[in-house]
Parts: sequence; structure tokens; C-alpha cells
Amino acid sequence: MKIRAQVAMVLNLDKCIGCHTCSVTCKNVWTSRQGMEYAWFNNVETKPGIGYPKDWENQERWKGGWERKRSGKIVPKQGGRLAILAKIFANPHLPEIDDYYEPFTFDYEHLHIAPELPTTPVARPLSLVTGRPMDKIEWGPNWEEILGGEFDKRSQDYNFEAVQKDIYGQFENTFMMYLPRLCEHCLNPSCVASCPSGSIYKREEDGIVLIDQDKCRGWRMCVSGCPYKKIYYNWTSGKAEKCIFCYPRIEAGQPTVCSETCVGRIRYLGVLLYDADGIERAASVEDEQDLYGAQLKLFLDPNDPEVAAQARADGVPDAWIEAARRSPTYKMAVDWKIAFPLHPEYRTLPMVWYVPPLSPIQSHANAGAVETVGEIPDVRSLRIPVRYLANLLTAGAEAPIVSALERMLAMRIYFRQRQLGEGDGKAVLAQAGLTVAQVEEMHRYLSIANYEDRFVIPTSHREQAEDAYGLRGSCGFTFGNGCDFGPPHSTLFGGKMGRRKLTPVRPVDT
Amino acid sequence: MLSNTYVNTLLFAVYPYICLVVLLIGSLIRFDREPYTWKSDSSQLLRKRELRLGSNLFHYGVIIVILGHFAGFLAPHWAVDWALTPAAHQLLAMVVGGIAGLVAIIGLTILIHRRLAEPRIRLNNRKWDLSVVLMLWLQLALGLLTVPLSAYHMDGALFEVLTSYVKGIVTLDGGAAAFMTDVPPVYKLHILLGFTIFLISPFTRMIHIWSGAGALAYLVRPYQIVRTPRTRAKEPVRL
Repeated sequence: MKIRAQVAMVLNLDKCIGCHTCSVTCKNVWTSRQGMEYAWFNNVETKPGIGYPKDWENQERWKGGWERKRSGKIVPKQGGRLAILAKIFANPHLPEIDDYYEPFTFDYEHLHIAPELPTTPVARPLSLVTGRPMDKIEWGPNWEEILGGEFDKRSQDYNFEAVQKDIYGQFENTFMMYLPRLCEHCLNPSCVASCPSGSIYKREEDGIVLIDQDKCRGWRMCVSGCPYKKIYYNWTSGKAEKCIFCYPRIEAGQPTVCSETCVGRIRYLGVLLYDADGIERAASVEDEQDLYGAQLKLFLDPNDPEVAAQARADGVPDAWIEAARRSPTYKMAVDWKIAFPLHPEYRTLPMVWYVPPLSPIQSHANAGAVETVGEIPDVRSLRIPVRYLANLLTAGAEAPIVSALERMLAMRIYFRQRQLGEGDGKAVLAQAGLTVAQVEEMHRYLSIANYEDRFVIPTSHREQAEDAYGLRGSCGFTFGNGCDFGPPHSTLFGGKMGRRKLTPVRPVDT
Repeated sequence: MLSNTYVNTLLFAVYPYICLVVLLIGSLIRFDREPYTWKSDSSQLLRKRELRLGSNLFHYGVIIVILGHFAGFLAPHWAVDWALTPAAHQLLAMVVGGIAGLVAIIGLTILIHRRLAEPRIRLNNRKWDLSVVLMLWLQLALGLLTVPLSAYHMDGALFEVLTSYVKGIVTLDGGAAAFMTDVPPVYKLHILLGFTIFLISPFTRMIHIWSGAGALAYLVRPYQIVRTPRTRAKEPVRL
């Protein structure tokens, strides 16, 4: 057994209000540069919907993730090593920028300088790829927001698999939820496996997956290799970029920007200890529905003295083991079993997990006629189909989702009964398999969600990785050779691609 | 008035070494000092159409052409003579090189068309990007022109002269330029343009050829890569 630590994230979808603060703060900090306008390290999708980029969950089309061969070995779905190298000149599974959206701005200046016109001046859209006016914006970063568009389009959502989706097209039966997405910082990342240059790596000490910008050659195989489509090709720099889990903040013990600014307080960050030797075995289990359980088994109990001793022997610092004991992500994933990996069937063992959302009871069951199982309303009468959530989070296995939803409902019923003097709530807890201590803790973490409970991040030991003396007074995070500010400079070895200027077409002055 | 011998030596003995030295030292400096600029510079994301066909035809064709040049010119006599007469060797080179060259130039023509006709690519095009592909197109065209020319003398004699010249350059033989005196101009131009492409390579996206060869290491590496704080400490800090 080889124990490593990872700062994992859990998102409580039950509380996501879809405000996109996470996406916007992330964009402002990391991707507000030419070549990355179309890229969102963090984005929030309205589900059901085909998502961003379009149809990303359809791996028959994009070939992301891993595939289990009959021999029991797993290989990247886009092909083995030789097949990947053979596709290096033109990646057949690379999304085009229109599959994300053509980035745009508006000709705002025209509103200020337009001469007197018979009609109101308008700010026409300008493409950020060509700099030229666009006739019509066909798709955007959040085109399906709150079920925008027709049901026909969003019903292409891959998660409708085995769901009687037609009835959800009717207005009375509509359901929706938000799904904030970022890089999963997988235990078995298929982007790392797909990179011909070996430029992508997982950090041993905190599990963050990064692209070495100096080693990336722009072969683009990681973009298709990632099933979550969370690696983006920067068409100006010619390098692939991805969510860096705000590692400079994590190293300093601070939460990622998306977590820090989350208005709904839905994000949790905490250390998980895992068995690195068991990764390949867990990712190769035969039945896709066993992948969730297999990954869960990799997470080790930090309160077990043997685990702590082994972790110490494997170089995990004491502060990290202590943090693992207080980890909110461990509690949600392992203790309470209310958090699940996104699409475990991709076999990448993702490390950003989700608490499924509760939803209102279907209207026909309302008016005092709620179907209940024992003390708890039947979760199958919730508006969001259980099977839909199962397709999203457990490769279609419904039992773990049902149990998680019941536990969350049980928590509410327990507190309502006690608040209103309707009972002691013991029966409902027994039915959901929770103890009083557990449910009190769940309430503290999920409902109160204090900052200190949500984020338990030990500081890293940077002195092991860098010479701090040499770094003093330096310019921090930068690309290339030298401090990166001011206008883009060009060197002997060629400047950036794309000297596009914004060239609006305006009505002639009269 | 410069003598013909002087010009011949300048172009075919001095110039090649200037080009080769710039190629090697230039690549090394760029790799070491400007790794962030080292890339293949793909524009596939902006427009897929035409690229798949054009890029695959061009790259696979040109790889066969380049490997053919290496094998044909640098393989020692004992490695070839037991199997092929000089005439047969020439015929093989003409057929394989001709077909691969044709495939490559068709692919490159498609790529140039895409670069000029597609606004997304044209508006973001760097002058170097277009210059390089035009140079490569010309070089392929010159190379293909030598095929019908060679057909006039199928005895393999001219082929032997060119081989001696290339071997002379590679083995640092100062007198190699003498082989080039009576070679037809198409061959001369092809060779000069070839060395010029070497010359400009470190300053253009052509450097990705090195990485393409380096990517073969992917065939033998494990799928997963983990870096420890200790291995990262050994990386150069760029400030």
C-alpha cells in the first residue's frame, strides 16, 4: 500500500442556485486572455441540457476517458499509444471552437460615437477569433441557462438514458438542476495518459493535475482524452490549459477561487488519503456500476492508526493527516455516503464529487397525498428522476442515490419534527441508517456550512519544492521566459499567433 | 567577377554548414531558453474542415520523403549494394519518393488553400506561417520535378554523384562541393532551398519536427505521471 493525499472537492448541488459567481471569478483570475476567451475552467450547466462543449457526455462521439478491454486492461478510449501517435497530425476527436462557442464581444464604442441616426445605434457582436462582426450569435457559454431553448434540443442530454423522457417535456413535469463543472483532478487521469509529450502530471503531495506549459507541444490529444472536456487548447499560445485547482492558493491553505466566492456555500475542500497502489485495480473493475464502490474503497480512514502510520512512512506530513481527520469531503463521501463522483463510468476516478439535489414532490402526489416509505417521502416521487441522477453520478446504479436522498430528507424531517414538537425524529433516523451525532454533524456541515467546516486545507511544504530564497521579489505566476505583463512581445523565436484587431463595420457617418 | 568555383564552394560547401549550425544551435537555444514558444502551433481548433485530409496527406507523405532521403543518401554502400543495382536503387527512389511527394504536395496544397480561404485562419496567420508552407510547397515541387528529369538517365550515375555530395557534407569533407559542379539546376535549387529550410527552422513552427520525433518516447512510457516535490525542485525556475 502506498498512501498519498489529495485535496478533494465536494459540491452540494442541493444548494446550488446557479448564480455563476464561481465561473466569473475563475474567468477573471485565470482565463481572461486572448486564445482562452472561449475556455471556462469552471462553468455551470443547467441540466437537463447538452452542456458545454455541446454533447460532452457522449463519449461514443468524443472518445474521452478509458475503455476496458476484454483482457481486463484499460486503455484510453481514443486508442492505445500507437493509435494516439498515428492521429497526431489531425486529431479526429478534437472539438472545434464552435462546439464550445465562438467567443464574442460587442462594439460598445459605437454607442458613444455614433452620429445622429434615424434609428437607435446598436452594439453589434464582434468575433474574438477574427475580430470581424458576427451576423448572429448562435451559441454561447451558457446557452441553455434555466432550460433556455426547446425540449427537443436539451432532451439530447445523455443522462436521459433509460428515463421515460417524453413526459419531462410537458410543462407540468419539467425539472432542472445546476451542475457546476471543473477539472476533476482524477486519480486515473486519461489526459495524462493521452499526452504524447508527457507534459501533464499529477502532483504527489496534493493530487492536483497540471500541464507543464514548457513541455506541452500542443498535440491536443489531452483535449479529446479528457471525458469531461476540461482541457482547453489555447489557440493563441498553442498550448493546452486546464483548471489548476488554484494551486497557489491551495498551497497557502486557502480555498480555490470558485469555492471561496461561492455564494450558496456549496463547495467543500478537504484532504482524502488514498491507496495509490489500488488505482489501476479500482479503475479496471468489470461492471461500470461497481466503479463508485471501488473508488470509495480507495479512500482510507485517517482515524485508523495503521493508516496514519503508513501515511507518515509514505511521506504525508502530520498536518495533512490531521486535516484528513477533519476533512469535510471524507465525511460526505465516506461517512455519510451522500457525495458521488461525476460519471464514474469514464474510469478516471474523479476527485470532485457531488451531493445530488433534492427536488419538489411531483404535483400529482401533492395535497396531502404524498407517497411515503415509512417516515420518509418516496424519493421516486421527487421531480428529478432518480435514474437521471444515477446516470449522472453512479453509472446508473439507483440504490446509492436513493439512500443519499433519503438521508438528506431524513435530516430535514428530523429537525422539523424536533423544531415543531412533532416527535424526537428517532424513527426517521433509524430508517435512514443515521445516528443522532451524524445527523447533527450533517446539519452543521450542510445547512450552516461554516467557512472553517467547509475548507480544511493544510498548507503545503513549498520549501521542499522550491528555493524560496531564489523566488523572493519575483513576479509570481507567469507564462514563458520573463515577467509577463504589458503588450505581448515577440522574440527571435516567433510571437503569439493571432494579431487580430477588432474591426467593427459601422454605418457611414451622414 | 566571382569565379564559378568560388560560388560553387560558397553555396554547396559553406552555406550548408551555416544552415546546419544555425539549425542545431538555434534549436538548442530555443529549447533551453524559450520552451514556452516550442510547440506545433495547430490551428485545428479554429477550423477542422480540410485540415484532417490535408494535414494527414502532407505529414505522412513528407515523413516518407524525409526518411527516404536519409536512407537513400546516407546508407553506406555495403548496406545497399547486395540487394540493389544503382539503377534499381534509383528506380525505387523515384517511384517511392514520387508517390510520397505527390501525396505530400496534394496535402500541402489543401492546407495552403485552407490557410488563405478560411477567414479564421487567415486573420490569425503569422507571416512566418505562410512563408514556411510556401517554401515547403516549392521544395516539394522542385523535388517532384527531379523525378521526370531522372527518367532521362536511368543508369544511377547522377544519383551516385548526389549521394557522394551528401555523404561528403555529412562527413565534413571539404571537397564535397566539387561533386555539384555539373549537376542540373533543378537539383541545385532543391538542395539550396532544402538547406535554407534548415536555416529558418529554429525561428518557425518547424521545430515541432524535433518534438514529433521525441513523441516516440510516448510508446514506452507508463500511462500515469506523478511528480513529487523533490522532482519538481530539480526543474529550472524561470523568472
